[in-house]
Amino acid sequence: MAAASVIEARELSLTFETADGPVYALSKVNLTVQDGDFVSFIGPSGCGKTTLLRVIADLEQASEGHISVNGMKPDEARRKRAYGYVFQAPALYPWRTIERNVALPLEIMGFSAAERAERIARNLDLVNLKGFEKKFPWQLSGGMQQRVSIARALAVDPKLLLMDEPFGALDEIVRDKLNQQLLELWGRTKKTVVFVTHSIPEAVFLSTHIVVMSPRPGRIIDVIETKFPKDRTLDIRETPEFLKVAHRVREGLRQGHSYDD
Amino acid sequence: MTLAATRSRPSLAGAFAHGSTLPVTIIVLIVIVVWYLAAIPMNRVLSEPLIAAAGGGLGNTLSISWSLPRPVLPAPHQVLIELWNTVFIVAPWRPKSLLYHCWVTLSSTLLGFILGTLLGVGLAIAIVHVKALSRSLMPWIIASQTIPILAIAPMVIVVLGSIGLTGLLPKSLISMYLCFFPVTIGMVKGLASPDPMQLDLMRTYNASTAQVLWKLRWPAALPFLFASLKVAIAIALVGAIVGELPTGAQAGIGARLLNGSYYGQTQQIWAALVAAAVMSSGLVWLVGFIERRVALAMGGRP
Amino acid sequence: MIASLRRNPLAVIALIAVSAVLLWLMAHQAALKPGATFWLGVLVLWALIWIGNDALSGLSTASPVAARLRNLAVPAIFGVTLLLLWQLVVKGFGIPLVLLPAPSDIWAKLITSLPTLKADFIQTFLRAVLPGWIIGSLAGFLVAILCDAWGFLKRGLLPLGNLFAALPIVGVAPIMVMWFGFDWQSKVAVVVIMTFFPMLVNAVTGLQAAGALERDLMRSYGASYLDTLLKLRLPAAMPFIFNALKINSTLALIGAIVAEFFGTPIVGMGFRISTEVGRLGLDMVWAEIAVAAIAGSAFYGVIALVERAVTFWHPSYRARKGS
Repeated sequence: MAAASVIEARELSLTFETADGPVYALSKVNLTVQDGDFVSFIGPSGCGKTTLLRVIADLEQASEGHISVNGMKPDEARRKRAYGYVFQAPALYPWRTIERNVALPLEIMGFSAAERAERIARNLDLVNLKGFEKKFPWQLSGGMQQRVSIARALAVDPKLLLMDEPFGALDEIVRDKLNQQLLELWGRTKKTVVFVTHSIPEAVFLSTHIVVMSPRPGRIIDVIETKFPKDRTLDIRETPEFLKVAHRVREGLRQGHSYDD
Repeated sequence: MTLAATRSRPSLAGAFAHGSTLPVTIIVLIVIVVWYLAAIPMNRVLSEPLIAAAGGGLGNTLSISWSLPRPVLPAPHQVLIELWNTVFIVAPWRPKSLLYHCWVTLSSTLLGFILGTLLGVGLAIAIVHVKALSRSLMPWIIASQTIPILAIAPMVIVVLGSIGLTGLLPKSLISMYLCFFPVTIGMVKGLASPDPMQLDLMRTYNASTAQVLWKLRWPAALPFLFASLKVAIAIALVGAIVGELPTGAQAGIGARLLNGSYYGQTQQIWAALVAAAVMSSGLVWLVGFIERRVALAMGGRP
Repeated sequence: MIASLRRNPLAVIALIAVSAVLLWLMAHQAALKPGATFWLGVLVLWALIWIGNDALSGLSTASPVAARLRNLAVPAIFGVTLLLLWQLVVKGFGIPLVLLPAPSDIWAKLITSLPTLKADFIQTFLRAVLPGWIIGSLAGFLVAILCDAWGFLKRGLLPLGNLFAALPIVGVAPIMVMWFGFDWQSKVAVVVIMTFFPMLVNAVTGLQAAGALERDLMRSYGASYLDTLLKLRLPAAMPFIFNALKINSTLALIGAIVAEFFGTPIVGMGFRISTEVGRLGLDMVWAEIAVAAIAGSAFYGVIALVERAVTFWHPSYRARKGS
């Protein structure tokens, strides 16, 4: 039997009404994410990749079609706190120390003080930030801040991690390092990850499945499965196999563009 | 002292070119000199016969112009003497003491400030959470800032007096009324200041409205609150002083101003003004001090 | 109920209109010492208008004209309802005039005392507020330019200016009355002093607002001080200057009215307020306050309109359009 599907979307559409007429952010999207997958959404801006992630998180509601998260409707899943969400920016609270930032979701969800302390320590350790507990966000670099926000998302131990271009604002060198750390983390924790990006190498390097999307209307034009070993390193980016997948992604993106420019 | 204050550039030339202590000192000195000089022609009407009687001359002109009992413009040292006499010589619980009047005004200022802040914060919380309230009330709150609210001070005092409310409370109500506008405006801005991403984050945690308010909106609004409080406490003092004007109140800075102006006691007016200025800057400084303390505790950059 | 109303703008408008008219009719009956059912009716109508207004404020519309209309209608309805309730409560409970006059009484007083109000308006607004506001703001602006040209003056004056801007300057009113007499001259003096410091502080801040990049650009053109001032720094300072002008418009009215409490010829808004309060003629006080409110808002509104025309490029306007 195949692994249970974590996300299941059927004929999903989302239209925004604006003063200049309707915007078709998503059009008839079909998608299945299995347990343990690392799925990337890639595409140019306006292709609906972030919107799709937000629909999964119940931050937007679909206008048509069906979607389930862990077999529930998105708002049920959100109420049951089924996922952790990492935003484009760290979105740390400047008035809280690092440990209290990680504690935020735990406080809201009513964890005991002892449980909170244990989870903070474990997750800060997981993102290699031991020793920074008492610092305030502005005392950390951008890359470290984003790692704190990952630790915060992991603190409630969700099975599903939703990441919206988490490393988009970081420079290439920091990003490579964080990609590798994220991959290790995924290997160790066996979470399901849905990852939005606009970087082809990032998508190919990280993912088990790459979902190529295209704008106007936002839709999926290709889903590419990769077969790299779980313990891959950055070196695989030089292999022909990697370049082949990257090429296919690029072709897909180009196709999606061909009739609007 | 001026040199010590200009830390990075210990030379006199450096202090002149960069620090602000020296320029401020010089300008204050210029003001004092001009003040003394201006007192001579301004008091001329009163001083001329006295000077003539004393036999004229520069010495007499200066000493008489600067020591009239009810001058048009008292010399700075006359104001200082009046301050000294009414602050340090008279026991502070006697109505002749300036401290007594300061306390009367200060107590209604503080009460009004606290009430106004509570009202302003409460209103802001309601406005941020109830859309209908924000659409219907906000325009009125903003419009009411353009209205000279102080004009109603006498009416409030008299109306409240006629239903038996006198003393501290009516004045405090005027201060409260003046205070709550800046606090409401600032807090509405502050409570709405978290960016959408941070609100989304709370949504992904399925946080309740109260949790969002307490853990996100409130801390994010604190800088706005303090900025408003600085305006509010200064304006609360103005409200308390003006509140003392219309009813011929017996005590308070406003009463001192009014009595001074009835009886031509210029030194008394000036001394009351200085006292009001000291209180105002003291109160604003106090709010600023608390603000810095809070900012530090909340991880602000030192 | 609100949810279903939201999809039907016509029903919302009809609900509000009918309830408001009924409330209006009831306001005419209020003087008859009505019973509990009457007040229950008032409460129900009030609740209906509130529900209607709530639904109206929640109506989403793609058309910007409709949105603008909605944003005007919601506070207007709120205000009118408040006036009606004021009328109802004062008349219905027979609150004496010396405590709180009803809007109808104030209106009646207003239209029968137009000549007095006009004289007061001329004395206080045209003779004291406007000249004082112009002189004070202009002086503050000119000193700010001087400060800007001469750094020493700026470092000396700005801390003092900041200190004075927070002081209860209305307190100088008795001194000014002593120096310049009871008539409008002393009021102008108070207004000048009150408006000077906010303009000084804001204009100095504004003149520093131009970005370093833009300044370097001007320098690369070899522009003179005057060129830089006129073409770059003054335009960049405009939002700050208008902010001060708006603050000053309120301060000027307050200053002039409060100064009249310390002595005045027998005309002027502050004089009228304090004497009518003494005679318990509260309807006249409220009429005067209404005039002051209208004059104050109109004054502010005109400045805001001019600001809009001058600083149309400023991000705050673009942002406001979007929302």
